[in-house]
Amino acid sequence: MTEAIPRRETRETLPITRERPFDPPDELGRWREEATVRRMTYADGHEGWVVTGYAAARAILADPRFSNRPELLHSPFPNRPIRREDLERMPPGFFIRMDPPEHTRYRKLLTGQFTVRRMKLLEPRIAEIVADHLDAMERHGPPVDLVPTFALPIPSLVICELLGVPYGDRERFQRDSATLLNLETPLDDAQAALDDLFAYLHELVLRKSTEQGDDLLSGLISAGELTDREIAGMGLLLLIAGHETTANMLGLGTFALLCDPAQLTVMRDDPGSVENAVEELMRYLSVVHLGPIRAALEDVEIDGRLIRAGESVLLSLPLVNRDPERFADPTVLDLARSAQGHLGFGHGVHQCLGQQLARAEMRIAFPALLRRFPGLRLAVPPEEVPMRAAMAIYGVHRLPVAW
Amino acid sequence: MKINADAGRCVGAGMCALTAPAVFDQSDDDGTVVVLDPEPPEALRAAAEQAVRLCPSGALSITP
Repeated sequence: MTEAIPRRETRETLPITRERPFDPPDELGRWREEATVRRMTYADGHEGWVVTGYAAARAILADPRFSNRPELLHSPFPNRPIRREDLERMPPGFFIRMDPPEHTRYRKLLTGQFTVRRMKLLEPRIAEIVADHLDAMERHGPPVDLVPTFALPIPSLVICELLGVPYGDRERFQRDSATLLNLETPLDDAQAALDDLFAYLHELVLRKSTEQGDDLLSGLISAGELTDREIAGMGLLLLIAGHETTANMLGLGTFALLCDPAQLTVMRDDPGSVENAVEELMRYLSVVHLGPIRAALEDVEIDGRLIRAGESVLLSLPLVNRDPERFADPTVLDLARSAQGHLGFGHGVHQCLGQQLARAEMRIAFPALLRRFPGLRLAVPPEEVPMRAAMAIYGVHRLPVAW
Repeated sequence: MKINADAGRCVGAGMCALTAPAVFDQSDDDGTVVVLDPEPPEALRAAAEQAVRLCPSGALSITP
């Protein structure tokens, strides 16, 4: 059975203003009380949907009748319309924006590099990188901004070493990816940043074709199954996804722990709880906070609402991961709970390729930081911490800390 | 209990190897599921069932 759409549901755009730093906008919570699959107006006037219920979101992400191809999607963001001319310039090999079977072909070339076992082998090197950055913080002395000293450089250096991207070039790719992920960046500037990042990776791939190393990009080159432009496009995707996401989990996660001393103590003093703790931070913080978005390829009924072919559906992960039908006391950060099954890494064929790497980084970095500086505290009042409200990945712009 | 895995559907996310490492591993080649123990002991049932529930691609099932 499908219901008529109540009049008051129409012509409302995605609420993005948060009242509190760790909680999604209250308005979205009210929307979920109305319907877990609800009408929403996209920036171009398209009448699509927003999903705030866990079961509905999981079903959609697992359903091949929902596509991730950008030419089928509408954008909810006024500054980010989807323009045909940009689609034509999209890098080849950018497989997150493809459906199977094209998506499968690219992803399968990488999955062997990101297995649980391979990530386990990286742990000693990650621990070393974490310790180096903690040493540097200690030498500098308080106060420091935790974002450029800890949260950003650790995942950035790890993904660079894995891919074979020279870390010395970080200024260029960190600037480009920050521009790209800022939803307030004018579209032409975002496209220019994407073009620059692609040009950088393409030059790197061409250089590596003659001087191969023991790294992921060199491996893709010697496998000989892809063009150098495809490899550059895949590298671009992995480079952005590999550092912005974990960086924001580390920054925002530390902020959340500093605001909740009892939970901080669990993370610091109970090594047996670190696996659950990381899953709970993923659930509670849901840094991919403005998506993902899918387009229905045919009419599909979800939670009693008929989503028509061609309509866009935005899955609000912060709401989905706080669905009281799925998680008890969902608004409470409780590192002891089993948050397994959260959709913080997505679900379905696009579920995060690098999730085992992200887990390894977080399981090492959070306890190491808190043990090195047992007196870690905010160096500014919490309300002065600048939040990344308009960024595709949520987090903190800066996190001044002392110890 | 018998474990069924469809490596063709698998997307190599590694949730099974993470959740039930005594039952599942991943191929070094393409990261897809490798069943280490196709008929695991009852003591591993809870972990195996959780791995089936968490699998993002629906590649796993258990026949009782």
